Amino acid sequence: MKITRNHILFVIDTDSILSGVYSIMDEFKKELETMGLSDEIKILETGNLGITGKGVTLVVYPEGIYYVNIQKDDVKKIVEEHLLKGRPVKDLVLKREVPFKGATLERIGPGRKQVRIVLENSGIIDPENIEEYIGRGGYKALETVLTSMKSEDVIEEIKKSKLRGRGGAGFPTGLKWESARKSFGEEKYLICNADEGEPGTFKDRLILEGDPHKLLEGMIIAGYAMSAQKGYIYIRGEYALSIERFNKAIKDAKKYGLLGNNILDSGFSFDIEMKKGAGAYICGEETALIESLEGKRGQPRLKPPYPTVVGLFGKPTVVNNVETLANIAPIIKNGSNWFKSFGTATCPGTKVYTILGHVTFPGLLEVPMGTTLKEIIFGYGGGIKDRKKIKAALVGGAAGVFLPENLLGVEMDFDDLKEYKAVLGSGAILVMDEDTDISDMLQSIIEFFNHESCGKCAPCRIGCKELLTIIKNIRKGKGEKEDLTKMISLSEIMFSTSLCPLGQSLILPVKSAIENFRSDFEQKMI
Amino acid sequence: MTQEKIIKSYEKKPENLLLALHSLQENNVNHYLTKDDLMEVSKYFSLPYSFVYGVASFYSMYSFKPRGKYIVRVCKSPPCHLMGASSIIDELKKVLRINFEETTKDNLFTLEFSSCLGVCGVAPAMMINEEVFGNLTPQRVREIIEEKRREK
Repeated sequence: MKITRNHILFVIDTDSILSGVYSIMDEFKKELETMGLSDEIKILETGNLGITGKGVTLVVYPEGIYYVNIQKDDVKKIVEEHLLKGRPVKDLVLKREVPFKGATLERIGPGRKQVRIVLENSGIIDPENIEEYIGRGGYKALETVLTSMKSEDVIEEIKKSKLRGRGGAGFPTGLKWESARKSFGEEKYLICNADEGEPGTFKDRLILEGDPHKLLEGMIIAGYAMSAQKGYIYIRGEYALSIERFNKAIKDAKKYGLLGNNILDSGFSFDIEMKKGAGAYICGEETALIESLEGKRGQPRLKPPYPTVVGLFGKPTVVNNVETLANIAPIIKNGSNWFKSFGTATCPGTKVYTILGHVTFPGLLEVPMGTTLKEIIFGYGGGIKDRKKIKAALVGGAAGVFLPENLLGVEMDFDDLKEYKAVLGSGAILVMDEDTDISDMLQSIIEFFNHESCGKCAPCRIGCKELLTIIKNIRKGKGEKEDLTKMISLSEIMFSTSLCPLGQSLILPVKSAIENFRSDFEQKMI
Repeated sequence: MTQEKIIKSYEKKPENLLLALHSLQENNVNHYLTKDDLMEVSKYFSLPYSFVYGVASFYSMYSFKPRGKYIVRVCKSPPCHLMGASSIIDELKKVLRINFEETTKDNLFTLEFSSCLGVCGVAPAMMINEEVFGNLTPQRVREIIEEKRREK
């Protein structure tokens, strides 16, 4: 019998592909062949490990040694020294730079312990191989659901778990499903919102690239629970690799009888179709997404009626975020009590964050709800780059809130943040050092909104443009003190009169930037 | 593939409009949608021309102007802005000697802004056709453009 002595896992994601991972993988295979090691050492592909900006990255198991920034010339060295002679090549091993005195690797940066539910398989399995997912307990939850649970039971279990939507608004998932299930009509739809457009957010991309079957399983269970016959996944057009991987996952699941007609002989049939976005931030809003899926301009609808009553093609529809659906299979498999043992009482479970900007270790992490912002920035993010001081953190993406240093003790869940008039949003945390000009950042945010406003309702369309004119004026040194009051009241009007969250949310960055960092604006007025 | 074949490969349902426009644009050497494309699509799906134009012009990934072989799309959303996207934007304008939304005379490069590319861990970033480039500096931008010029 052939025994595999080592596994080499290559990270295949957008970052590594652009560093030429495939040609390096070929080189590896060639080199192993030459050394006669091909039988003993297996090469596998895996998703992102939570390390970004380190070029071609690979892990050698069972030792668990990480090599980063691998070039073609390094391949021979690794094969000869490490795989043949058992001596890891020290120069190429990931150095976890310690950002300050007294820090240890277990406390700071990517080595710090995370709690992974959604990302439990990411970076461990080959995302393009359905058998590896099944081998780690995948599709077990689906089997349980189809063989021993009624659709009401599934909804009850999700309700008990208190899972709340991870797309930003935090609406209880079980209630949403129930509402659609009870809605009138036979024809119902499930939509997975993978139009991840919030600047600074790429968690959904990593789930799609790293563990597509987990999402697929969640979608099928959701479809069963709400009694839908068809599901759609709407992926943004820019995510080429996600589209490719998810298409393959759909194909493989069909081959195994896990998707399509009469799934696992249970009598339940469910199909999933993929749709590609075409570049519009507004399509992340659920009713705009539905319009776009129907082949129209992606402009939001008036609510109510909510999509769970009148949605896609006028039928009851549930729209769930990728991360929400990726939580479903683990909850069913382990039970709602297990899920509630993580996180806070009102927001159980974990949250995937992306931490960016002036931090030592930009990247993504999954931690229990309720972890403080301070711990995320200084623990996992390794603190501020170049030993500078922190000035602010923009939490929740472009439609987020600027928090100053004294508010970083905030515990991150949907409710606690509201006390700070902040939102958790998509989970993007953009960290800014002491040299950052907040007025410059706010202008960039307003420019973004001005570009992405869909133009359907006047408050948002005109309000964005007006805000942009005012802030440009201030930054040119032509502003007056009243301009700041004007900006706040304008965004308040937009909040109360805009049709959808796009126009409604500009108040968050505008108000928090001006109130917490007033001097950055006033300095420019003389 | 011919225009007719592409359009006919989709089921006659209005929900397939976006996908049909995507493939028509991908199959055009100059990466854009012609008036004729829109007309044929509108006939096939039995939708008014004005509706099809309205949809196509709503989304930023479709273009009505011929574009270069390489479409350079730069992200200037807040995370990239914080990490120095403006120096990347200036460098690209200088190296290519064009403004945004313009194409070089040799029809090689078109310069555009893009929405967030979702690679914020390596900001600032840009995309050339399907390829993403991260951790950019003005120096890196010059090298990448030079490389593309040599490849032609």
